[in-house]
Amino acid sequence: MIAGVLVALLLGGVGTSFAIAWRPAIATIDPPQPQSFAPGLVKRGRVLAALGNCNDCHTVRGGRNFAGGLPVPTPFGTVYSSNITPDVETGIGRWSEAAFQRAMKLGVDREGRHLYPTFPYDHFTNVRDEDDRALYAYLMTRGPVHAPARDNELAFPLNQRIVVAGWKFLFLHPGTYRADPTKSAEWNRGAYLVEGLAHCGACHTPRNALGAERLNAIFAGGDVDHWQAYAINAQSPSPVPWDADALYAYLRDGFHPDHGTARGPMAGVVRNLSVVPADDVRAIASYMADVFGAPSAERRERGEAALAQAKSPAAAAADSAGGAIYAAACAPCHESSQAPPYGGINLVLSSAISSSDPRNLANIVLAGVRPVEGELSPIMPGFAASMNDAEVAALLVYLRSRFSKQPAWSDLDNIVAEARRTQTASLDTRTDARNASSDTAQRAKP
Amino acid sequence: MMTLKVNGRDHQIDAEPDTPLLYVLRDDLKLNAAKYGCGLGQCGSCTVIVDGKAVLSCVTPMVLLEGKQVTTLEGLGTASAPAPIQRAFMEEQAAQCGYCIAGMMMRAQALLQRNPKPIDEQIRAELAPHLCRCGTHMRILRAVHRAARLMDTAELSAVDKRSAP
Amino acid sequence: MNVPIILDRRRLLAGGGAFVVSFSLTGAFAQDQGAPAASPPAKPPGSLEKSPYLDSWIRIEAEGGTTVFTGKAELGQGFKTAFQQIAAEELDVPFASLKVVTADTKLTANEGYTSGSHSMQDSGTAIQYAAAQARALLVAEAAKRLELPAENLRTENAAVMAPDGRRLTYGELVATDFLHVRAEPSAKLKDPSTFTVMGQPIPRVDIPAKVTGGIAYVQDLRLPDMVHARVVRPPSYGAQLIELDAAPIEKLPGVVKLVRDGNFLAVVAKKEFQAVKAMRALSAAAKWKETAQLPKQDDLSAAIMALPSEDFAIFERNDPSAIGQTSIEATYTRPYQSHGSIGPSCAFAQFADGVMTVWSHTQGVYPDRQAIAEMLGLPPTSVRLIHVEGSGCYGHNGADDAAADAALIARALPGAPVRVQWMREQEHGWEPFGPAMVTKLKASIGADGKIADWNFAVWSNTHSMRPGGAGCLLAAQHMENRFAVPPAKPLPLPEGGGDRNAIPIYTFPNAHVMHHFLPDMPVRISAMRALGAYHNVFSIESFMDELADLAGTDPVEFRLKHLDDRRGRDVIEKAAERFGWRAGQQAPADRGYGFAFARYKNLAAYCAIASEAEVNRETGRARLVRAVAAVDSGQVVNPDALINQIEGAIVQSSSWTLYERVSFDDRRITSIDWQTYPILRFDAVPENIEVHIVNRPGKPFLGSGETGQGPAAASLANAIANATGKRLRDLPLTRRRIKDAIDA
Ligand code: FES
Ligand code: FES
Repeated sequence: MIAGVLVALLLGGVGTSFAIAWRPAIATIDPPQPQSFAPGLVKRGRVLAALGNCNDCHTVRGGRNFAGGLPVPTPFGTVYSSNITPDVETGIGRWSEAAFQRAMKLGVDREGRHLYPTFPYDHFTNVRDEDDRALYAYLMTRGPVHAPARDNELAFPLNQRIVVAGWKFLFLHPGTYRADPTKSAEWNRGAYLVEGLAHCGACHTPRNALGAERLNAIFAGGDVDHWQAYAINAQSPSPVPWDADALYAYLRDGFHPDHGTARGPMAGVVRNLSVVPADDVRAIASYMADVFGAPSAERRERGEAALAQAKSPAAAAADSAGGAIYAAACAPCHESSQAPPYGGINLVLSSAISSSDPRNLANIVLAGVRPVEGELSPIMPGFAASMNDAEVAALLVYLRSRFSKQPAWSDLDNIVAEARRTQTASLDTRTDARNASSDTAQRAKP
Repeated sequence: MMTLKVNGRDHQIDAEPDTPLLYVLRDDLKLNAAKYGCGLGQCGSCTVIVDGKAVLSCVTPMVLLEGKQVTTLEGLGTASAPAPIQRAFMEEQAAQCGYCIAGMMMRAQALLQRNPKPIDEQIRAELAPHLCRCGTHMRILRAVHRAARLMDTAELSAVDKRSAP
Repeated sequence: MNVPIILDRRRLLAGGGAFVVSFSLTGAFAQDQGAPAASPPAKPPGSLEKSPYLDSWIRIEAEGGTTVFTGKAELGQGFKTAFQQIAAEELDVPFASLKVVTADTKLTANEGYTSGSHSMQDSGTAIQYAAAQARALLVAEAAKRLELPAENLRTENAAVMAPDGRRLTYGELVATDFLHVRAEPSAKLKDPSTFTVMGQPIPRVDIPAKVTGGIAYVQDLRLPDMVHARVVRPPSYGAQLIELDAAPIEKLPGVVKLVRDGNFLAVVAKKEFQAVKAMRALSAAAKWKETAQLPKQDDLSAAIMALPSEDFAIFERNDPSAIGQTSIEATYTRPYQSHGSIGPSCAFAQFADGVMTVWSHTQGVYPDRQAIAEMLGLPPTSVRLIHVEGSGCYGHNGADDAAADAALIARALPGAPVRVQWMREQEHGWEPFGPAMVTKLKASIGADGKIADWNFAVWSNTHSMRPGGAGCLLAAQHMENRFAVPPAKPLPLPEGGGDRNAIPIYTFPNAHVMHHFLPDMPVRISAMRALGAYHNVFSIESFMDELADLAGTDPVEFRLKHLDDRRGRDVIEKAAERFGWRAGQQAPADRGYGFAFARYKNLAAYCAIASEAEVNRETGRARLVRAVAAVDSGQVVNPDALINQIEGAIVQSSSWTLYERVSFDDRRITSIDWQTYPILRFDAVPENIEVHIVNRPGKPFLGSGETGQGPAAASLANAIANATGKRLRDLPLTRRRIKDAIDA
């Protein structure tokens, strides 16, 4: 069905709007000398690259920085990230600044080919020229790495890049982002980052059948790498409502005592946000707090109740299979006196348990939280090897009923089995960067 | 009272369901190999094999062990009749204080059972949950490679024997 | 030539202030200390000086068994095997037939602490000379009985052989007290060229049990009717217990006893996990009053420098004719660092018939006996300390404290064998850490491109608060009638503590070395592998690279230009050659090469290390990729065990150097597990480490267990500087610090 729509798009795109579909190549240049960029510009570019989380997609674990090759799974197939080092043959070494800027704004590479929207130019189109310039300066001063692009794994007709033109016709809206003069400078800075470079919606907004963000459900929660990217608006599953301070702390430190620890694909984002200027993170937090909106009285009460309950946990009732597992395997840490992130969040506060989607909880129970080499980082043992699917499902049922006020999850058996498949595959077969598998579960980010 | 199968034998265990397997192995069954290192799932010294998979026994409560098979280092071989993994660690002299080693060996054993010819990166990735403070890592890696070779030849010779007339 | 002098601190402390020339680092002395056989020392060597009777070391039974005794403790270095090799070699008894008994106050000599890489020097040497002399005595006895000249006899396989085929076994030759004779300083050692056991990579005797689940550690001991204890420590230094409702805990399943003595709290249960649960409940029930008394972590070096100090000029050399032209200076810092044993401390104690027996992985059975006896108010003879191996300790970790805990609890439960196991957070929170240090260096280069003037100053606590008396034991500090922590003392030179390796081994025409000893210890500290040498060598060898850069000379060549010590030059050349070091070579992108050298304590083993590091310029993550070491530890006894030690030192030191820092707020230690005190994991294990031994047959054993720590740190730091063009001087060289330096 989707393919059919796309074929229609393709034909429509080509037929009605050749002008959009066709883009000229931009002439190659001799790679600029790193010294030709002002150091201040490069520095700004470094910060922007961190805000844009560029390394997360363009670097594979154990691979060279920005050399690409990361498989990005989509419902339509696998797209590999590209080499954005200044290598002249396989990277962007011969791209002029204009070519780079066009890619950011219009999703077209130097030769004029349409880029797949896994590269989130629907957001990057909002990035200001001077920021593109700084990003360009930064990338062009990185070490060049010879790393040829990998062929995407997309079926016809999606492997025809012209299809993308049709997609853009519908979903790319350059030049529409505007500052809101009625809001504070901080709010506007945050909005500019969130809607543009930081591309938060790319994960947190659900996508339609054509893979575009649904404008009527902005920030209502999305999917990424077998994880749920939570709703980050009024529909947030977080038991305690978010506010700007909590968001700031979470984005900056990677955890907040009332919300827990960033993990899954969000872990890389907060790692990047820990090195950018605090003001930028504050701005993002301030804008997003507005997106979340002030909590309703009912919501606030629920939050306070959760906090109160977390402070005086009732003794775990080991009256069910799941309860017994919780009491024995989870409570020793999650009810310990050590504070998060090193002591385990009290599960009353867990978004994973309150969310309508149990995948994150299943993932975390199975895979745990792995230590980051050489850094202070929370560690949770994964239980994939010691719990079978039935035990995990029983535990999930118990956690849901004890720690949330939400209705029971359904289809847990399949969800747990799927989580096991995706979360533990990497343990068995993780290999080096050169032959990174296209199975998303085996993606190894830096 | 529950039945726990360890190294092929059934044991009647009288322990609360929240008792971590580690304490049952050491305290009730008087087995030495699984070691207490952190009790928090952070270091790997307590690793044993449960139903073929490497498991941190310090965070595996008894409630999860009904009907499962536990193997400890003691169940693999003895000093006089060592299993290939044990022989490999002896031959590489892969220990300093040795406190971490039993856990390392159990995870390596589970890996080799699943994947008899792991590449170096896979061994390193597999051993990531394990800490060694003495810095014996280079030898541990060598010993796992050696164990893979030993198991290979052990299997071959077993096959030879079977196929002999 | 100008005369360098070392100022002996003991005299200074005594108030004399006299300058004493104790030794020179240059010239003949440092070249080497002479082959023992050729020029025997005047007093019995090694620990024979203090325990001179041969039967303290070797016993031969009439039935034929031979046992070797050492007062040292096996800590995973493998010296038990080495001692067995030495005795087998010098005695001519089969290796496998020997038994080695280690530290036990009832059985072995008092060899103080197993520390400072002294085991081979002290105990190994004693065993070697004792065995050689014992063999000579056996031959003499046989000569008498066979009526043959001793020169005609030879020994083999625990027997004396006559040319005519007659044979007397050692068992036949010994009578009671046969070996109760004083050691002669002049015992004649075997010619190293005839060695068949020494110098061989004999598999370590302790490994089979360790890889098959045998009883290998104190943690594995099981005594009949034993009980399990757990202590509940205060939440912070100096915290006072103000409230405790113990009654519900006493009723918990399996609980046998609750022990409270002032701020000392412990619970004893029948089964181990019952003890753990009771401990958790006890810990939740106890209310403490805490005081903020820890220094500011974010400006640690300022806090260190602000402590009152006692200042000692420990080395002076002046040559006004050498004039510096350009000079640089730098400050290097080291945080508190943790031993981080993988197995938290554990001990057994049993109080029966007025005698307290303690099984412990302490490094000093005799000093610990003294301290525990003092704590319990018992005569030392009523306390027996038996060493049983624990997890690797790398210095003074919680072992002695756990032993004291066990003894205090056992006293409350007469007859019962009590097993105390520390929890992970107790080991991390309460072990005595390796002290924070600050060094300031300043040097100038003369017209000849050599260092003309060298200034080195180090600020440090002492590096040993080992018991020392009961006041060094946590349990004794927490008791109602508490023992005060004894005042800290600097460890005397030439070995030193905070100033260990502070005196440069290089020959500089002008050199001034200051030790600013800091008696106040805001954080509990004690001996950690290499003591001050880790940071001092890191500082000196980093600064040597900075100076080489200033002089425009290759770092290896620059070191050789300043080093007269031939054995030192040999290891430097060996490491450089095996690494493939070439002056001016360029490492591949994002990689760097580094070199460093030291002789541990300036009197133990020599070690040079060349390293290749990789730095990720975007993340700042640094990794040791490859290291090549050369080591000279005199006569090699077991080359593989030596290589194992050096490999381990390099990996461990790279973990210290890249990652490790004890953290705390104003009251509590906050690095209490492996999340909050990360150490190296397999992700960062180097691709390859090579260790090359420069063997010195017939030369005295030189301790090597700690010799790698400093050079490994500096060569890694130098490689990172080479890769990034940035010099980092504050340990640890974290990802964040490297990234900030690159981005600056
Ligand atoms: S003791 Fe189980 S992981 Fe450390
Ligand atoms: S050998 Fe000592 S901890 Fe690994």
